Amino acid sequence: MIDLSTTYLGLKLLNPLIPSSSPLTGNMDDAKRLQDAGASALILPSLFEEVVHHEQKQLEKYVHLQALGHYEAESYRPVPDDYAGEWDSYLQTIQNLKSDLDIPVIASLNGISSSGWTDFAIDMQQAGADALELNVYYVAADPLQTGEEVENRYVQLLTELREQINIPITMKLTSQFSSVGNVVNKLQQAGANGAVLFNRFYQPDIDLETLKLKPKIDLSNPIESLLRIRWIALLRGRVDLSLAATGGFHNNESIIKALLAGADAVYLCSVLLEKGPAYYAELLQQLAHWLEEHEYESIAQMQGSVSQQCAIDPATFEHNNYFDVIRNY
Amino acid sequence: MSKSRFITIDGNQAAASIAHLTNEIITIYPITPASPMGEWADEWSSRQQPNLWGTVPDIVEMQSEAGAAGTIHGALQAGALTTTFTASQGLLLMIPNMFKIAGELTPTVFHVAARSVASQALSIFGDHSDVMAARTTGFAFLAANSPQEVMDFALIAQAASLQSRIPIVHFFDGFRTSHEIAKIESIPNETISKIISHEDIVEHRKRALSPEHPVLRGSSQNPDVFFQARESVNPYYEKMPDIVQTIMNQFAALTGRQYKLFEYIGAADADRVLIIMGSGAETAQETVEHLCKQGEKLGLLKVRLFRPFDATALITALPASVKKIAVLDRTKEPGADGEPLYKDVLSALAQHYNGSSLPRVIGGRYGLSSKEFTPAMVKAIYDELAQEQAKNHFTIGIYDDVTHSSLNWQPEFRTDAHDTTFQAIFYGLGSDGTVSANKNSIKIIGESTDKFVQGYFVYDSKKSGAVTISHLRFGDKPIHSSYLIDNGDADFVACHQPVFLERYTMLDKAAENAVFLLNTPTHADKVWQTLPKDMQQQIIDKHIRVYCIDAYQVARLTGMDKRINTIMQTCFFSISGILPKDEAIQSIKNAVKKTYGKKGKRLVDFNFRAIDKTLDKLHEVDIPDKTIGDLAIVDKVTSNAPDFIRKVTGEIIAGRGDQIPVSLFPTDGSYPTGTAAYEKRNLALEIPELDIALCSQCGKCPLVCPHGVIRSKVFDEKLVASAPPGFKSMPIKGKDYPQQLHMSYQIAPEDCTGCGLCVDICPIHDKSNVSHKALNMIAYTEELREQEKSNWEFFLMLPEYDHSAVKTGTIKGSMLLQPLFEFSGACEGCGETPYIKLASQLFGDRMLVANATGCSSIYGGNLPTTPWTKNLQGRGPAWSNSLFEDNAEFGLGMRLAVNKQQAYAKELLKQLADDIDGKQGQLVTDILNADESDEQGIQQQRDRVASLRKKLESIESTAARELESVAENLCRKSVWIIGGDGWAYDIGYGGLDHVMASGRDVNILVLDTEVYSNTGGQTSKATPRGAVAKFSAGGKPTPKKDLALLAMDYENVYVAHVAYGAKDIQTLHAFNEAEAYRGPSLIIAYSPCIAHGIDLKNNHQQQKLAVNSGHWPLFRYNPEHAKQGKNPLHLDSKPPSIPYREFIETEVRFNMLWRTQPEVAEKLLEQSQQDVLHRYHFYEQLASLPWDDDAPTQPPHRKLAEALKTTMAETGNKKE
Repeated sequence: MIDLSTTYLGLKLLNPLIPSSSPLTGNMDDAKRLQDAGASALILPSLFEEVVHHEQKQLEKYVHLQALGHYEAESYRPVPDDYAGEWDSYLQTIQNLKSDLDIPVIASLNGISSSGWTDFAIDMQQAGADALELNVYYVAADPLQTGEEVENRYVQLLTELREQINIPITMKLTSQFSSVGNVVNKLQQAGANGAVLFNRFYQPDIDLETLKLKPKIDLSNPIESLLRIRWIALLRGRVDLSLAATGGFHNNESIIKALLAGADAVYLCSVLLEKGPAYYAELLQQLAHWLEEHEYESIAQMQGSVSQQCAIDPATFEHNNYFDVIRNY
Repeated sequence: MSKSRFITIDGNQAAASIAHLTNEIITIYPITPASPMGEWADEWSSRQQPNLWGTVPDIVEMQSEAGAAGTIHGALQAGALTTTFTASQGLLLMIPNMFKIAGELTPTVFHVAARSVASQALSIFGDHSDVMAARTTGFAFLAANSPQEVMDFALIAQAASLQSRIPIVHFFDGFRTSHEIAKIESIPNETISKIISHEDIVEHRKRALSPEHPVLRGSSQNPDVFFQARESVNPYYEKMPDIVQTIMNQFAALTGRQYKLFEYIGAADADRVLIIMGSGAETAQETVEHLCKQGEKLGLLKVRLFRPFDATALITALPASVKKIAVLDRTKEPGADGEPLYKDVLSALAQHYNGSSLPRVIGGRYGLSSKEFTPAMVKAIYDELAQEQAKNHFTIGIYDDVTHSSLNWQPEFRTDAHDTTFQAIFYGLGSDGTVSANKNSIKIIGESTDKFVQGYFVYDSKKSGAVTISHLRFGDKPIHSSYLIDNGDADFVACHQPVFLERYTMLDKAAENAVFLLNTPTHADKVWQTLPKDMQQQIIDKHIRVYCIDAYQVARLTGMDKRINTIMQTCFFSISGILPKDEAIQSIKNAVKKTYGKKGKRLVDFNFRAIDKTLDKLHEVDIPDKTIGDLAIVDKVTSNAPDFIRKVTGEIIAGRGDQIPVSLFPTDGSYPTGTAAYEKRNLALEIPELDIALCSQCGKCPLVCPHGVIRSKVFDEKLVASAPPGFKSMPIKGKDYPQQLHMSYQIAPEDCTGCGLCVDICPIHDKSNVSHKALNMIAYTEELREQEKSNWEFFLMLPEYDHSAVKTGTIKGSMLLQPLFEFSGACEGCGETPYIKLASQLFGDRMLVANATGCSSIYGGNLPTTPWTKNLQGRGPAWSNSLFEDNAEFGLGMRLAVNKQQAYAKELLKQLADDIDGKQGQLVTDILNADESDEQGIQQQRDRVASLRKKLESIESTAARELESVAENLCRKSVWIIGGDGWAYDIGYGGLDHVMASGRDVNILVLDTEVYSNTGGQTSKATPRGAVAKFSAGGKPTPKKDLALLAMDYENVYVAHVAYGAKDIQTLHAFNEAEAYRGPSLIIAYSPCIAHGIDLKNNHQQQKLAVNSGHWPLFRYNPEHAKQGKNPLHLDSKPPSIPYREFIETEVRFNMLWRTQPEVAEKLLEQSQQDVLHRYHFYEQLASLPWDDDAPTQPPHRKLAEALKTTMAETGNKKE
């Protein structure tokens, strides 16, 4: 029997495939289907402080402060006794999943204010989250802001949160740092238990009729996995925290590559959205099959076996490879 | 005595709480000022709050008060404990059933927030004209004078009615009591259980109609028996006063609050006594107690049980020493020799007085429509009584210089009631949260101290930029002052908006050593010179301490955006000293937490931060010993305005309406139009600026402007030479207009509200910078104001383009017509007013408007000003409001009058043809055969009628004089019947249906906001499924009524379903076609409203979403097309192209349900999605039916009916 287990953020997981933030992980029915399909943990959809903030402002405007100053009407809609906001619903979801599932539940947070990060994180821990993923999702739009300042935001945020909560924290990062490795290193020193490589940003799109901008999200493309695999391979063995690969892992091949490169876990999202939660079991089965076929005893045995430190041709991970690519085109 | 607790609530809540606890069924219908009672009851039941017996009362909204009364009647007859809440016209609509309910000795209590009945004008304020109109119904009438009494009497009435079997109207003064917040002692449930007799309830149920023990009730009787049967109830009425008094005594034993049928207060040996009923008795009590302390021998008799009128109890309550009595009525009965209470007292004394000499009795009127009634006025009445020949049938509180009925009073008179009371007054904007913060402060003080509290709120008539004045009192003694804080009395005056400095003489209200709190962007060191000179002088003279804060800056710094309510509240507590500062701040924080709860933690944080930051930014201003500068209060109306505008309209605008004498008022309620133009409100922070280099002259901006402040004109280019610098115009584009013409789009800066919808609709972007449009909002600076004011004045002087030459079928063309509806006080971005404005542009100069009560009658006709106006020729819409329920009939009456007089004029014309035309003339023939189907024809007919008038001058005959008086009807008039969905779908539907069936030429415009907007967003039958509205707190489970389909069923009705923000040209076509159609036309207009829970800046977007989702399909049904062999129905919008969810997610009225009941929301969404798909599918089929004249056996209605059947079958199949 092949041992598929892995350790991620100090959590002992049944296998390295983790359904990541998506609508599937935020509702009980799909979450149960994923668990039934063998999912080893769940990353909840991110709670965006901006969304909570907007919602509360809307509620204040349209519920609590409705008066126009008119004799005939002090308000225009009934004020509900109780309502579930984004925040409450999120915490409730953590509690529900924790009580109904056996696998670890990892909360995901995107804050905009210092108090937002800490308040939400504390609540998530209290609600029972096994770990917290910080989806920093920061676009450094200001040309006067330096790369170092951006990196310090991450470090400072992590440092503050580390003081407030004791569950494992993993950082979901962008690939657009000048030195990804250095950032991961700094984060590790600041107390991060893991790094997730890499975030995919919503990209604004231009409507050619209205010339207005609209946010757009496309599902990932398998080709995107190579960037992740490369950086996992580069970091494996050089940093002492968990590494997860996310973005473009749609098939068994890319998953295996990520594990060979050194990932402790591989996140699955688009593929499950496209093919449904049951596909998870198929991927897991394929993984086990490959391991068996290639005579591996465990995931641990293969993890990092083709990292830069262990690769046959380690320089390839580092070089630009222009020569080979152009020659073979 | 039972344990009780103090609560801080208003009169409406007090009444509703007892009503909800002691009834099983409550029928409701919104009407100001009673609506909150129904809203409370609905809210409690929707939260499953049970009544005294553990079951949740059933709350049922009806289509009118008449419907509510009928339902009550039925529920009572079937044995349920049933009640309702109403006021004014609503009570009048209940009268027929009230006779029945009383005639059948059926116990119930109607809780009435007494309000004026509309006469020369509608008024929502308090007086007793409604209850007096209902006094012959056989109901008993019990008057409560204060919020405490409202709660107590609601219970006493319930018990007394059950025991006596006589139904009771429990009434209290609208607004003054219904909306006054006070600290009152609540009644514990165990006390209520002891007062309400279980046996009485069982007896009531035993009398219920039941097939188990059937009776016939409600028979028809003949002359032989009706009279005797009617007299059979007398013993019940004879016993009733004793029953009420006994229950009052029982109540006193349980609560310590003793009431009497007639309650005497004052000197035991008084010679002068005032008799009064309602909240005025509170003021009278305060005055009498004060004057008696001064040694006066005065008395006051409060009337509590008005019907049955117990004359013996009245006389017993009077001191034997009384020599003179003044009876005050809060109603007017024109033509009577005295008002009802006065005459009851007179007849009681005449019949039953046993004293040595009958007291002299005078009667007077006071307080109509919440007119202030102060201690000074009470004293004036006692002073009048002291006169040898005291004036009878007097009035107090007004200056009657016509029939000289009024008594003079000394406004400076004060009682000692407020020697230790803290009185505070706050000036704010309706939208800045001042009122809610003050309500909060009242609760904090009421609940955390032993003080008695009172809060009353005064608003102006506008919905955009409304000014609020909060009057708060806090004292160690019970507060009986049912009047506003007067000049020189306020210990604290707050100005929450710096612009008020130049508008209101706020410190007139300030007492000696008062505190003045000002929100201003100016630093404390420089504030002094920003104050008007008179205000500076008042500060010096009255030794007022002045504090200032830049609340908007604090709000910005702390993430509160523009919300200054808690910031100003913190200032009030920290400088008023009413509570220890730290305790007060903690209380504010607790209140914030309570408001937003754990769910609103982020809001709590922001508020806390603002509260903490406030004290650092609050500064006391050093007061110099002399004034600086010469700033003065600005008078709104210029001195060159017409006499009436200056003396009446201007005075009302300036807040001095109370001082206008009777003689200046129109006796029949007619007021000049065009007055909104005088009320320059300068509300905007930004106004639009035109970039003529980009403007395509599409005309969309004037079309969508809800306030008619952006206009277009074309004029001879030569006139540009005399334009002020900065005036923008451009050569006109397009073939429809001659060359050498210039076009201008001009803003009326001082009337703009800054809503930004004109910019939103502008389709033209700068090719190199898409954020820059042909129209852009820019900061409204003082400099810009001056520049645009002179541009606007120049624009107004430019001649109007010839109406008959305008292409009214295009947006650009129709927008060249002068709006005869301008500058309304509707909400910023109102979705209704663009439709009204459009009608006024197209047809305003020949328009008669019947306007149903509602938002459109308030922004259309609430004094001081009206947006309805006239053109240079003096022509414009003639507007009137009859009632809420009868608007269609009212408009039909106008059409009948016009048609009849036109027919009569034609008869006279024929009769006088020889005199007018001689043998050669053509005038009569031309007039009779005029074609007025277009503007040119209408103008020609006007010219002919003008010629006719000239000719008639020289004809001496009665017929000629008759013709002169009706000749205007020879020109085509356009009758418009305008109202909201509450009217059209609910209360007025019967009339609307009848008018449509009449086939008469009227245009009906339904401004469909899908709720009763004016009274606060209550559910109507136009409310869509799944919307959360008042009376549908759990989401409306049933679909919206399809009014258009019902109208199309008549076949002879032109029907249009429009949304101008989605497809403006379709709206324009609909208006033109509706007017062209010589039968009834119905335009149902989608009107985004603040009740939808949207930012009205997104008004157009919401209309597009409504159309694209299928919620609001656009179509026109023109019966003329059927005559031409074409299908009368034309769909103007495509099949639903976005999921219904996408529309409703953007509106709080819908998306609130996801936060409260997600499963219900999903289910209703699914049904709504099906609704819109089926509806479109059905219309699509109707519109695609072949329509030809070859099949006479298949008239249009058959085809429709068949299509309907087919669709229903298909729909049914699909559902299966």
